[in-house]
Amino acid sequence: MTDRYIVGFDGTEQSRRALDYASARAKKSGAHVHLVLVIEWSPYSFHTPEELNERHRRREQELERATTVVQPVADELNKAGVKTTCEVRHGNAAELLCEIATNKNATQIIIGRTGDSVFTQRLLGGLTITLAQVAPIPMTIVP
Amino acid sequence: MLKRIAWAAASLPFMSSLAQAADGIDKLIGDAVSPFVYPIVGTVFYSVPVFGVSFPLIVGWLVIAAVVCTLYFGFIQFRGFRHSIELVRGDYFEPSDAGEVTPFQALATALSGTVGLGNIAGVGVAVYLGGPGATFWMIVAGLLGMATKFTECTLGVHYRNEYEDGTVSGGPMYYLSKGLSESGKATLGKILAIFFAICCVAGSLGGGNMFQANQSYVQISGIIPFFEGKGWLFGLIMAALVGFVIIGGIKSIARVTEKIVPGMAVLYVGSALIIILINFSSVPEAFGAIINGAFAPTAVAGGAIGALIQGFKRAAFSNEAGVGSASIAHSAVQTKNPATEGYVALLEPFIDTVVICTMTSLVIIITGSWVPDSGVTGIALTSKAFEANFSGFGYLLAIAAILFAFSTMISWSYYGLKAWTYMFGEGHIKEMVYKFIFCVFVVIGASMSLGPVIDFSDAMVFAMAVINITGLYFLLPKVKELLADYHEKLASGEIKKTVKAAAV
Repeated sequence: MTDRYIVGFDGTEQSRRALDYASARAKKSGAHVHLVLVIEWSPYSFHTPEELNERHRRREQELERATTVVQPVADELNKAGVKTTCEVRHGNAAELLCEIATNKNATQIIIGRTGDSVFTQRLLGGLTITLAQVAPIPMTIVP
Repeated sequence: MLKRIAWAAASLPFMSSLAQAADGIDKLIGDAVSPFVYPIVGTVFYSVPVFGVSFPLIVGWLVIAAVVCTLYFGFIQFRGFRHSIELVRGDYFEPSDAGEVTPFQALATALSGTVGLGNIAGVGVAVYLGGPGATFWMIVAGLLGMATKFTECTLGVHYRNEYEDGTVSGGPMYYLSKGLSESGKATLGKILAIFFAICCVAGSLGGGNMFQANQSYVQISGIIPFFEGKGWLFGLIMAALVGFVIIGGIKSIARVTEKIVPGMAVLYVGSALIIILINFSSVPEAFGAIINGAFAPTAVAGGAIGALIQGFKRAAFSNEAGVGSASIAHSAVQTKNPATEGYVALLEPFIDTVVICTMTSLVIIITGSWVPDSGVTGIALTSKAFEANFSGFGYLLAIAAILFAFSTMISWSYYGLKAWTYMFGEGHIKEMVYKFIFCVFVVIGASMSLGPVIDFSDAMVFAMAVINITGLYFLLPKVKELLADYHEKLASGEIKKTVKAAAV
């Protein structure tokens, strides 16, 4: 069975570094890379009636925009010989990365360090810390 | 954008100095509007004598509709209560729908439109005029109203328009016209829809605007003496803020309010609970007064019927069951089964009336703040009751009141706008005209005295109910069909709980 790496990717510098790391590993081990872009979204946030009305359209736009960020990167990697898939989801990043990792029987989660200060991370619970606490499989944080 | 804000800010002091010159502007505005208000009020509140008390037919109309819906759907508000909670909690939410409007969000937004001054000031009026017994009838009306709300929100989702660009339009205008044309009454449906739209625009200016502006002005003038007698000035400031949001498109203000309002609601209910706990020994007495007052009141105009009328009136005004407004907000939700939204919406009168309104009136009764014929009514009465235990609570209440009022105004401006565009079509200038009128009415509302404002507001909101409920009677079988269809899917397992994925 081939290994599968889940990479949290949002187009930022940090996430690119995580991807570089993942693809270098994948080249050696022949693993699959699965890129996940999470659009932060909560089922419990509050909206004005007008925002509710536009929600469906905005969601489509968000998905479209996110796909244009992640799809070219996946294509490029495929060309370079690393088997890569990608998906865009709405929700909480930590929860979704864990869920996808479990469903896909992944072997590793790879994410970039968010770069928030220690204080902010402690206070607001950054993605890396949260994920480190709940990840169902080994996880690599790329600085 | 910035320029517009700067202009508005700069023009405020100028306008105020201008208006100071003309003394008694409030009275001027009040006198100018009153002649138009009273004939409308008289028509909507046409009353018949019942046991020597004048009984407004409209109140009976609402209650009968609520009873009919309750019986027709076999007490769905009690049988389906648990299911409603599960839906709001996200137990049935498809993970693939993440990013769409969730049942919780639709409920929260609709609630921020209904939880408003009706819960604070309206209850004050009800208890003042109807005595403690009004509380009992208010709760009864709230419980019955849940079935009406179920009906109208199910219809709102089923008959909504979904446009190519992904936006949705729904509400009574759509289910009246589309629903009735299905059963061969296209002309009647069209007429009802147009009339509803007219009343909805008026209601958005009345209950959704003037009443809110008026009562938050009363509250602010009580704690900042500067504003006393300067309702127009407060109105101008409020109008500017509302204008920033609905005309200037400065969503950040609305977003901030939307985030604070739920917190304020929790704080309000929390404070009420604390006051009730502090005075725990008077709770049995208060309940005694409520029950006694409901059936054999003393010192209340009209006796039991008087209490009933006040309770029913305030409940209907507060939770808007039967009015049709909430179905406009609920129709944006992502669901394939309209009945689910009905289930979600039936929680609205419960939270709004049975929980929040009851809290307010319990505090008023427990603290002994209700003095018949004292003249202390509306928000002043509520404020006095809360102050009895927490001195300085008036400030908190003032802030809560203004925020509630503001969010209600934003919601209603949207309902009104939807009705407006239903009649005149969409278009930038047409929408601007409505939004401008809406802002003007903020100033008018803040300047008038409570009596005419409350009458006009009630009249307009209840006029919506007359039309909406007429349509509901025709469409009841359709709702039953939708409900049966939904339950079939539930029973066959086609709709399953997705609780594991959704509710984390």
